[in-house]
Amino acid sequence: MRVVFKTHYNQDIKLAKHSGYVFWYTGLIIAMIAAPFALNSGATDAGWLVDELSLIMIYAVAGLGLMVLTGYTGMVSLGHAAFLAIGAYTNGFLMEQGVSFLVSFFVAGALSGIIGLLLAIPTMRMTGIYLSIATIAFAVIVESIIIHWSSVTGGNRGMPINAPDLFGYELWDPVEFYFLCLVVLILIVLLVANLMRSSTGRALVALRDSEVSAQSMGINIPYYKAVAFGLSAMITGFAGALYAHKITFLSVESFNFIESVRLLLMVVVGGLGSIHGAIFGAIFIGLLPVFLSLVRDYLPAGIANAPGLEPGLFGIILMLFILFEPMGIYGRWLKIKLYFSIFPLYRKATFKRQKTYLKTERLH
Amino acid sequence: MEFEPLQIIQLLLIGVSQGCFYGLIALGFVLIYKATEMINFAQGDMMMLGMFLGITVTVGMGLPFWSAIPICMLAMGIFGYLMDVLIFRRVIGQPAFVIVVLTISLGFIMRAAAGMIWGAQPLALPSPLVGNLEVGGLVITLERVAVIVGTIIVTGLLYMFFRFTRVGVAMQASSQNQLAAYYMGIPVKRIFSLIWFISAAVAALAGLLVAPIVTTVTTDIGLAVTIKAFAGAVIGGFGSLPGAILGCLIIGIVEPFAGAYLPEFKEIVAFLILFAVLVLRPQGLFAQIQRKKV
Repeated sequence: MRVVFKTHYNQDIKLAKHSGYVFWYTGLIIAMIAAPFALNSGATDAGWLVDELSLIMIYAVAGLGLMVLTGYTGMVSLGHAAFLAIGAYTNGFLMEQGVSFLVSFFVAGALSGIIGLLLAIPTMRMTGIYLSIATIAFAVIVESIIIHWSSVTGGNRGMPINAPDLFGYELWDPVEFYFLCLVVLILIVLLVANLMRSSTGRALVALRDSEVSAQSMGINIPYYKAVAFGLSAMITGFAGALYAHKITFLSVESFNFIESVRLLLMVVVGGLGSIHGAIFGAIFIGLLPVFLSLVRDYLPAGIANAPGLEPGLFGIILMLFILFEPMGIYGRWLKIKLYFSIFPLYRKATFKRQKTYLKTERLH
Repeated sequence: MEFEPLQIIQLLLIGVSQGCFYGLIALGFVLIYKATEMINFAQGDMMMLGMFLGITVTVGMGLPFWSAIPICMLAMGIFGYLMDVLIFRRVIGQPAFVIVVLTISLGFIMRAAAGMIWGAQPLALPSPLVGNLEVGGLVITLERVAVIVGTIIVTGLLYMFFRFTRVGVAMQASSQNQLAAYYMGIPVKRIFSLIWFISAAVAALAGLLVAPIVTTVTTDIGLAVTIKAFAGAVIGGFGSLPGAILGCLIIGIVEPFAGAYLPEFKEIVAFLILFAVLVLRPQGLFAQIQRKKV
């Protein structure tokens, strides 16, 4: 077990806590850069995995967006697919007008962020369920706008998307797109990691843990809620812009309620309140359909062809995680790590949750 | 389009029955919310199960419609009771999002299960109430009358139950403070399970009453209704039964008018009202949530 001695106050907010971080994350980045070449080397027929990895990275970006809101600030959004849609359609529309990808990508994120800020105005006074229901309502309204504003969005016909271009060069090749996603993901991870070690990030976490205590420490709650909403929407908008290029054809069905739940599933299953969680969740979500298509052949026809099998499976997984591993995959990973690092001394009670009772906030 | 008084009253009647339908769904989850502070996103899916169960009982087993109502309510009630015993009892007192995520996932599971049991084809539940009620040129189908009457009866019964019975008062007590209620000798866990029983039974009733109106029953019928009923309940103030029903009535009444005069807004008018109310009066029209104390 590694013990890090504290010799300086700045150690608390260092990105890399010790040399192990530097070593493993450098290794991870090298592996990610090498992956498409290894997969495309021709010896194996694994080119589709490059596509899959790009999708996972896009999901990870979207998951980081939701993580800022739900994992760090504690506001559960059930309409985040709407921001994904705003990012995707903005990017698609601007590129149709001949704007280059770099510009439209940032405009997509910015517009999504601004709409997130606007949504924060009615929602920042709400808590818990009110907020969740308002975000669902927002998503339904956005969906309806997409259907009816067909001069921009193509309505029910949908919208085809071109390949992204960088300085006049079009990225048609999946490997090139893979690197675009990788760069965006790394930048967003750095953004969120930096956010969370700044005073803003600490304010968000304080707000999640107890609004009253946060307020009494001088944190301006409406302001920080709006910041969280705006940032989260912006990051999800970036993910949406990339997602548009990934699915190459936008239709309203890609951004429905199930998509929002899928995003939520991602952060809950991955582990709320950590960057790792968003990425583990994205890997999980990305690989689940692959797994499902492999398993489907072995299931009886009545079950395999039932409508809503995939959402149903999502539901079962989500339920099992909530009941038995509320800290998600990342939480499980931390437990395993702790088990080995203090080997014979691990106690189950370390992670046991305190018993809580309900005391209502209502007056009768 | 000019406004004809007769047409307006006609739309109003349809709106009231639609609002009652949303109200019946809202009643179910407001009950659960009041007692346990859990928000049940699967309420619409419980209604959907009730509808399919009704189809099995009437069409499949050949029993008359009226006997299907108690059978389905009892079956769904037991289902709700078991759901609480097996699942929700484990998460009492945990943060709200846990319950939200849990109930949403349960809704997906119910939908998938219904798809496996009853298949992907939409089914129909024939109603014994064929015909119209005509009063002075106004025409309303008996099925819609049944929804309105059903809502009034259920609301009245629930009101009396909470007001006058020991169990009802115990439910109110445990909703205010679990621990204190437990010290007073109230079996809080069983009370919560009973609440789920009632709520699921009300959902089944709503399903049976409404199934003839929607004509075709599909597995994903519940979600849209749940979300609209939520909007209605929030408009009225989530913790209040009369408030929730009133909010649902507002939504139900506005919708057919929007459909007649502004068709593009029919699907979202409920949510626009919701946002307007949330901006002007964030606690809902009949507030019950006060500032949280440490």
